Amino acid sequence: MELLTVRIVEQECLNPTVTKMVVEHEKISIKAKAGQFIILRVDANGERIPLTIADTDPIRHTVTIIFQIVGATTKKLNELQVNDMIYDFVGPLGKPSEIEGLKKVCVIGGGVGCAIAYPTAKALKIQGSEVVTIAGFRNKELVILENEFQQVSDRFYMMSDDGSVGQKGLVTDCLRNLLENESFDEVIAIGPLVMMKFVCQLTKEYGVKTIVSMNPIMIDGTGMCGGCRLKVGGKMKFACVDGPDFDGHEVDFDEAMARNTQYREFEHHAYETCCNLLKKEEDHA
Amino acid sequence: MPNMNVKRCEMPLQPKEVRSHNIEEVALGYTKEMAMEEAERCLHCKHKPCMQGCPVSIHIPDFIEEVKNGNFKEAYHIIKKTSSLPAVCGRVCPQENQCEKYCVRAIKGESVGIGRLERFVADWARENLQEENVKPVLNGHKVAIVGAGPSGLTCAGDLAKLGYEVTVFEALHVAGGVLVYGIPEFRLPKKIVEHEVDSLRQLGVHIECDSVIGRSETIDELFEEGFEAVFVGSGAGLPNFMGLEGENLKGVFSANEYLTRFNLMKAYDENSDTPIYRAKKCVVVGGGNVAMDAARSARRLGAEVTIVYRRGMEELPARREEVEHAMEEGVEFKLLTNPTRLFGHDGWVSSIECVEMELGEADASGRRRPVVKENSEFEITCDCVIMAIGTSPNPLIRSTTKGLETNPKGCLIVDEKGMTTRKGVFAGGDAVSGAATVIQAMGAGKKCAQSIHEYISNLNQ
Ligand SMILES: Cc1cc2nc3c(=O)[nH]c(=O)nc-3n(C[C@H](O)[C@H](O)[C@H](O)COP(=O)(O)OP(=O)(O)OC[C@H]3O[C@@H](n4cnc5c(N)ncnc54)[C@H](O)[C@@H]3O)c2cc1C
Ligand code: FES
Repeated sequence: MELLTVRIVEQECLNPTVTKMVVEHEKISIKAKAGQFIILRVDANGERIPLTIADTDPIRHTVTIIFQIVGATTKKLNELQVNDMIYDFVGPLGKPSEIEGLKKVCVIGGGVGCAIAYPTAKALKIQGSEVVTIAGFRNKELVILENEFQQVSDRFYMMSDDGSVGQKGLVTDCLRNLLENESFDEVIAIGPLVMMKFVCQLTKEYGVKTIVSMNPIMIDGTGMCGGCRLKVGGKMKFACVDGPDFDGHEVDFDEAMARNTQYREFEHHAYETCCNLLKKEEDHA
Repeated sequence: MPNMNVKRCEMPLQPKEVRSHNIEEVALGYTKEMAMEEAERCLHCKHKPCMQGCPVSIHIPDFIEEVKNGNFKEAYHIIKKTSSLPAVCGRVCPQENQCEKYCVRAIKGESVGIGRLERFVADWARENLQEENVKPVLNGHKVAIVGAGPSGLTCAGDLAKLGYEVTVFEALHVAGGVLVYGIPEFRLPKKIVEHEVDSLRQLGVHIECDSVIGRSETIDELFEEGFEAVFVGSGAGLPNFMGLEGENLKGVFSANEYLTRFNLMKAYDENSDTPIYRAKKCVVVGGGNVAMDAARSARRLGAEVTIVYRRGMEELPARREEVEHAMEEGVEFKLLTNPTRLFGHDGWVSSIECVEMELGEADASGRRRPVVKENSEFEITCDCVIMAIGTSPNPLIRSTTKGLETNPKGCLIVDEKGMTTRKGVFAGGDAVSGAATVIQAMGAGKKCAQSIHEYISNLNQ
């Protein structure tokens, strides 16, 4: 096969379990838009896993991914060094986030979900929208992308479960305060499924449109397997081609949470459950 | 004197008790002696009825004559004139509905084993002939192919031989289309597909895997990059579901997902990182080749398997041989049965409710339409359900390319030359016909290669 291996040009540990990697890929760096993802395979026996494109540099021809080490594949990926090659790297996949025309947006990132929320916040800022960001983490040790978010946000709120950084409390506590006092064109929430579910319950009360980014189990990422299917507004959707962004008020979160645990029982086998970015957070939630 | 045995020479098989525990090929292929003996059964009818059943008009009696005389190389050249993938088609074509259906020998016994002979010749050639794949002199024109399934690979090969610089863009990480992600190793060893792909490379065809056209780049961008024509052979990979209650329970898969994990990702292999659900009691819904492949794969992973199909034995659309092999391997068939809903426990599927059907009037396709028997509901306990009820063309290409028209089923509309409603964009295979067969896809790829050659020649006059 003429393999399109890609070279790793930077590798940085963002916190004890989260790694940032920058790879060379000219086409994706030029083409990718906020909200899209890639699928990679670490080596010849590797499984295909989706990761959101966290940033791109069309001049240096680089693409940034951020992942949490949760299973065999992300562990293998994390062991690679600068100048090592990744076997397969496909993208950009999925529909870009629809952000055109939004004037004021509240962007919410939960845990490693911040890596997915960041490119959207950045794109909003670039198009001139007012961006209010709420980032939630379990504790101080797990904070990522704080500076990056500061730079693209008009206001930035940090929440933590234990109060070791920012304010003590959940992102929904902060959001409720904001919604009491101001209005947004849209809320964009990305994080563990439970977090997105509760954000959506809250915004429904206030009648604010809410977009969430779904990361179910995927294989091909092209609409061929149906493994990534979810129920949205009572209809079956494939997250890899119809999403990953969906109207949060329409998503069946309970079903999505169940489906993401499909392969969790197979502990003896190397595997990744659900979105590699979100699993740990969910286990905790 | 021809061999007048009413039965064809038997195909050696792996014993059924052994093969349901491994993934090696089930049918082992004829030996030289068997092939020559079987070739003796051909009566060399003047009007060659078998040829009318072959979608690509292989000169069947001619190649069989060469086999009879032991001239396997000559036989191979005759087949290769009209078919690009004989080792594949000899294994997976539904011969009983094609060439063998018209064989005169079938009137008083079994037809000549045309498919088996084709397979023998192709396998012999792969093992014994050094094909000189000399890179043709380039003519300076570039063509892009979308999808590395049988249609795309065939189109690429024929164009490369005509001197075109051909690039195949494939979404997955390996070339082959359904031949690598769908049809299992035990029916079509992957080394055969690899061999075909390698010979294309030797002809100078570039194969770019990991390129999803419509996302990585669009068809319009391919034209901007200097490709003068595009062939779309993107298949019909979008899995259909029935829309039943409980279809999203854990343990319910599309056949495409199950087979992709099993074949493409080699999840049966301990060294593969990709997990696959190892069910105890699996129900497969559907009666085509896809259903048989899913059922037999699940069997090899240790499940008890039941196939549920809404029509009868006669109507099963799968190749007859696959149905026979599935039965021998212990797959149970519940025919005239249709699922109505799925029940779950703790989020996992625990049973499937079905109704009994009976066959009524013939429908538009000529097959008798199944109708529900009143109050016939019953449940089958299971921990896995695989939906193999058909696939449709993937909408990605048409939704990202202006001017590409499709019929209501999402199939690309083409003219008699294989050109779509977009100038310079040709299409063939399942993307045009909906899920069909390897040989039809290959035939369409061949036809489009000719059309593209004419089209580009005219453009540059
Ligand atoms: C499980 C199974 C068993 C079968 N068994 C038989 C059998 O026994 N006999 C038989 O004759 N037929 C069988 N078929 C049908 C047969 O495989 C198909 O008819 C045939 O493969 C169609 O060929 P194709 O070239 O049109 O498409 P495909 O083989 O589907 O190939 C299409 C290729 O295009 C790629 N692609 C799709 N979209 C894009 C894109 N946007 N960009 C880049 N690449 C893209 C896909 O990844 C794929 O590799 C079977 C099918 C299945 C699924
Ligand atoms: S990942 Fe296979 S259809 Fe979405």
